[in-house]
Amino acid sequence: MKKPTMTRRALLARGALGAAGLATAPRTLGAAEQALGRHGSHTPDLASTQGRVTRASIDPTAFLEHFDYGTVTTLPDGGTRREYTLTAVDAEIEVAPGVFYPAWTYNGQVPGPTLRATEGDLLRVVFVNAGTHAHTIHFHGIHPARMDGVYEVVNPGDRFVYEFTARPAGLQLYHCHAIPLKRHIAKGLYGTLIIDPKVPRPPAREMVMVLNGFDTNFDGTNEVYAVNTVPFAYHHDPIRVKKGELQRIYMVNILEFDLINSMHIHGNFFNVFRTGATTSSDFTDTLMFCQGERHIIEFTYEETGRFMFHAHQSEFAELGWMGVFEVVDEPSVIA
Amino acid sequence: MTANRWWWAFIPLGLLAALIVLVTQTGLLDRLRGPFPPVEVITVERVRLLPGRIELGIANAGPDPVTIAQVSVDEAFWNFTMSPSQTLGRFGRATVVLDYPWVENEAHVVSMLTSTGLTFEHGIALAVTTPVPTKASLWTFTLIGLYVGVIPVAIGLLFLPLIRRLSKGGLDFSLALTAGLLIFLGADALFEALENARAVPATLHGSALVVMGSVGTFLLLQLVGGSRARAESADGRRSVAWLIALSIGLHNLGEGLAIGAAYAIGEVSLGAFLIVGFMLHNTTEGLAIVAPVARDRPRLITLAAMGALAGIPTILGAWIGGYAFTATWATLFLAIGVGAIAQVVVALFRMFSRGEEPMWRPAIASGVLAGLLVMYATGLLVA
Repeated sequence: MKKPTMTRRALLARGALGAAGLATAPRTLGAAEQALGRHGSHTPDLASTQGRVTRASIDPTAFLEHFDYGTVTTLPDGGTRREYTLTAVDAEIEVAPGVFYPAWTYNGQVPGPTLRATEGDLLRVVFVNAGTHAHTIHFHGIHPARMDGVYEVVNPGDRFVYEFTARPAGLQLYHCHAIPLKRHIAKGLYGTLIIDPKVPRPPAREMVMVLNGFDTNFDGTNEVYAVNTVPFAYHHDPIRVKKGELQRIYMVNILEFDLINSMHIHGNFFNVFRTGATTSSDFTDTLMFCQGERHIIEFTYEETGRFMFHAHQSEFAELGWMGVFEVVDEPSVIA
Repeated sequence: MTANRWWWAFIPLGLLAALIVLVTQTGLLDRLRGPFPPVEVITVERVRLLPGRIELGIANAGPDPVTIAQVSVDEAFWNFTMSPSQTLGRFGRATVVLDYPWVENEAHVVSMLTSTGLTFEHGIALAVTTPVPTKASLWTFTLIGLYVGVIPVAIGLLFLPLIRRLSKGGLDFSLALTAGLLIFLGADALFEALENARAVPATLHGSALVVMGSVGTFLLLQLVGGSRARAESADGRRSVAWLIALSIGLHNLGEGLAIGAAYAIGEVSLGAFLIVGFMLHNTTEGLAIVAPVARDRPRLITLAAMGALAGIPTILGAWIGGYAFTATWATLFLAIGVGAIAQVVVALFRMFSRGEEPMWRPAIASGVLAGLLVMYATGLLVA
């Protein structure tokens, strides 16, 4: 902090004031005002970024419920092939209102598209590297080694086709695995792969939330935290939730630099299906995520009103990882 | 012919002007600039804490415009307003205002996030309400000035009867003591000026301010009063005393500034032990003023005026420091004090070298040494 340097002579001055027995010290001048005003003015709206993000590369509200099922072909054996194209491209994105970050992206957006398939589908992902650095796509899941996206580095201008069977059912993740790994992930090369079980999950309103953050000054710590890239996105534009309707969130933590992340919802508890690969669930209101960890959570609100959800790392919450469920009393259209 | 010689200045100046046009009006500048991102430097010049509010006075200390996009306090983004604009041009200044429920006597960190993602942090080590100019706070700072500057100097003046009764050697000693005290004060002020210079926005070149302020003041005083400050006549000796009073006054202005600012941000702890040290330490300033004129029986009104010149600037400094401290002003005032002290020390040494006597006779050398030791020792009392 820049404050006047306290010198020996300044210290001497302190003594003189003490001897004088000054009745009015500046410290006490504002005491009455402080008592009146300071602690009463905690307006929640003040704890937020200033302004709105307009060039985030995604619309958080649209991204929340958008799933890319790929181009579908029925194979001769009756199976399904889904083809996707992911292109690595450098893009400057707005990571907080007025703050621009030189991101590396899949398809120009952070997070990359949410790919969705059913267990047993043949996935064919055409990867084109239109960026300035070598990249890959490393999918989480069970697949052959040469489809793992680690050693087959794709140089700028090159392409690679990943082909594998979608398994196991659950909530997977994809990200670049080129080195240095931390930088390639932190700069935005990641996305979600949802593999639905052959027996569908119960009908629900479904959302995808990618927990991420940005180290805008490259000092190895995040300046901004978010769900789906835009800090406070669902705080400014609350997620409308219908009372009594089952909500299912596919939640992926891809945050770099911070070892853990979490999800806490207000006024409710949720069921956790770990990695979306289990049928048994935990019942809680606060869930911890390691880096790369992801879970499906399900809940239903029984009361209308505004319910906050956020990381229980308060710092993350107040630096952007905070949102609101606006529970309304409207009929559900989900069967 | 003599008038015509000035025409020769047009050749270099004309070429220079042409070159400036060439550099700025053609694409040359863009070529030199290169494809680098802008250099962003923000300096926080002052902080004001009001109930439920934090105000930062910031300056762009870099070569390129800077836009403050977001502000966080203690790792929480916070709404803010900025005037005149969120973008600071080269040399630009702005005020950032946050309605933030800061906690008294605790620490806070404000971080400004620029449009390119850089962060500039400013720590508030101890949050206390910044005094606003009211009758009560004005009186407080006046008291600070009285106790730091005016009263010790006045007490020091009372050494006059003693010095008057000293032998010639004793008088030499007391003058040399004065020189020693001033050398100590000058060095002290120089170090403080350089310390403050580091917090000056880079565009204003803090260390250059120290050089210009000190050397400039020295030369200015030399032009104005240097030739009159002589030991041979009573007028000359009185000039020396006036110069000492002025230089101590300028020094005390800078000192009042630092003390007022420190007091305003609550860095004040009180203790009887410190008062004793303070009295011993600062009364020496009054002694310094009367030493040159002790033999001349100066009028009381003259002495009082000299004391006022030396002491009252402390009050002014405390006001400025308390209400509007910036490192830039502190640096400049302290540097001016350095120059003034240097000029007086030069005048004093000219008084010592008279006739055939060697300048560094025992009374002089021991006096200067004693002056330094007295300052150092009384300084230890409050370390």
